[in-house]
Amino acid sequence: MRGNGYLFAAYAITWIIHIVYLGTIVSRYSRLKREIEELKKSGVRSQT
Amino acid sequence: MKRAFPILGILTALLLSYALYMALIGAPTEQTMGNVQRIFYYHVPSAWTAFILFFVNFGASVFYLIKRQPAADIVALVSAEVGVVFCTVVLVTGPIWARPVWGIWWTWDMRLTSTLVLWLIYVSYLFLRRFSSGGQTPLLAAALAVLGALCVPFVYFSIWFFRTQHPQPVMGGGGSIDPRMLHVLLINWLAFSCFAFLVCWSRYRLERLQRDVDQAHALESLLDPRGRVR
Amino acid sequence: MSVPTGITRATLLKDLRLEWRSKDAINSMLFFSLLVVVVFSFSFDPSAEESRQIAGGLIWVAFLFAAVVALNQTWAREIRNQVLDAYRVSPAPANSLFIAKTLGNFIFVSVLEALMTPLFIAFYRLRALGPVWQLLLVAVLGTWALVVNGTFFAAMSLRTRSREIMLPLLLFPISIPAILAMVQSTTAILNGEGARFWIVLLVTYDLVFTTVCLLLFETVLNAE
Repeated sequence: MRGNGYLFAAYAITWIIHIVYLGTIVSRYSRLKREIEELKKSGVRSQT
Repeated sequence: MKRAFPILGILTALLLSYALYMALIGAPTEQTMGNVQRIFYYHVPSAWTAFILFFVNFGASVFYLIKRQPAADIVALVSAEVGVVFCTVVLVTGPIWARPVWGIWWTWDMRLTSTLVLWLIYVSYLFLRRFSSGGQTPLLAAALAVLGALCVPFVYFSIWFFRTQHPQPVMGGGGSIDPRMLHVLLINWLAFSCFAFLVCWSRYRLERLQRDVDQAHALESLLDPRGRVR
Repeated sequence: MSVPTGITRATLLKDLRLEWRSKDAINSMLFFSLLVVVVFSFSFDPSAEESRQIAGGLIWVAFLFAAVVALNQTWAREIRNQVLDAYRVSPAPANSLFIAKTLGNFIFVSVLEALMTPLFIAFYRLRALGPVWQLLLVAVLGTWALVVNGTFFAAMSLRTRSREIMLPLLLFPISIPAILAMVQSTTAILNGEGARFWIVLLVTYDLVFTTVCLLLFETVLNAE
């Protein structure tokens, strides 16, 4: 049945959309964590 | 609180897997459309989830207009973003379902058209948030959210009447639903709601962190290297 | 209630007087109206029968673009002369300013529509099968719907980058129910059919959105 191809496409693209969005959240999160490390380092320096 | 997240994550993953199994195998095959009809179990819960999220956005925006709490502003932003993601899923799975069943990719039927307009309204909201500068964004966005939410009943009424005047094939089938199918539909809705909650929670944490970092940067530029105010 | 209406009238008269004196706006509007109708005539060239089916849509799309052009310059003068800051500091109610601006825009856009309509009628050989007063009612209600939201979003767009594109970006999605109503009612009246549902929808839309814009304008004006 050709219908199965469409079914698979629909389910796949649903998860692709969700995973892409989650991916942007995760990458922004790790970038922020790195920024925090930088801030902490410069914070220690300014205290001395 | 920190341990709740991974636990909920695992539970949600299990629920989603079960829901997927039920959608693909557990649910009975529809008579006229065949297996393609199973798209319904992803298409409809995504729509319901998006509507709930947009309603949350409305509530958070009203709350922000009254109380001016930053947390409410973050909830408004998060619910709009995740709502748009789910709405996109609806608009993409809709045509994928329509094509094999009706032979056309798009039809200006009531449900798809209303969903498209809803999507447009909340994407414009996200644009406003991105294009406006710092301090005013929460208030402006909240005002737009209220206007957008008030527009929704008008969208549905106008398109409903338009369609009764110019009838078109209805996507998603009307009429009564087999109780076994309803059962699978509700399971998928529950699974996606839990998933949406987790995504919102993650986005909330990210936004909170982002704002703390922005504040730290702002403070840093105010203080000189010896910790004194410039 | 006399001070707010006084401010409204004063602001409105000032705007009208400035536009009338400069004559720039009027001349450019005249030419713009003609251009729009001519371009549409080249794009859609139907016979007299078909034209009545699509004229409603064509006319309102043309009016919509005219409205955006008018709306984009709503606050231009105020920004140039830092008038808005003065307004924020003064005890004058923000609503008076909003009503004045909205009325001013309504008049400008109505003038544009009045200029374009005879051209459309001529180029498309239009003849209304339904009552003409209903067409006027739809024109008034529809224009108000566009202008009240447009003036509000124009004030919002002031605080954004890409001011000119933000206005239509915000205005169009929310105006969709109103636009559908305007187009459908115009087409229905031109074809001698009933448009009562659409007119009632437009009235409700206008009431709801005028009220909410009035309630929220102060917040938007003072957002900082």
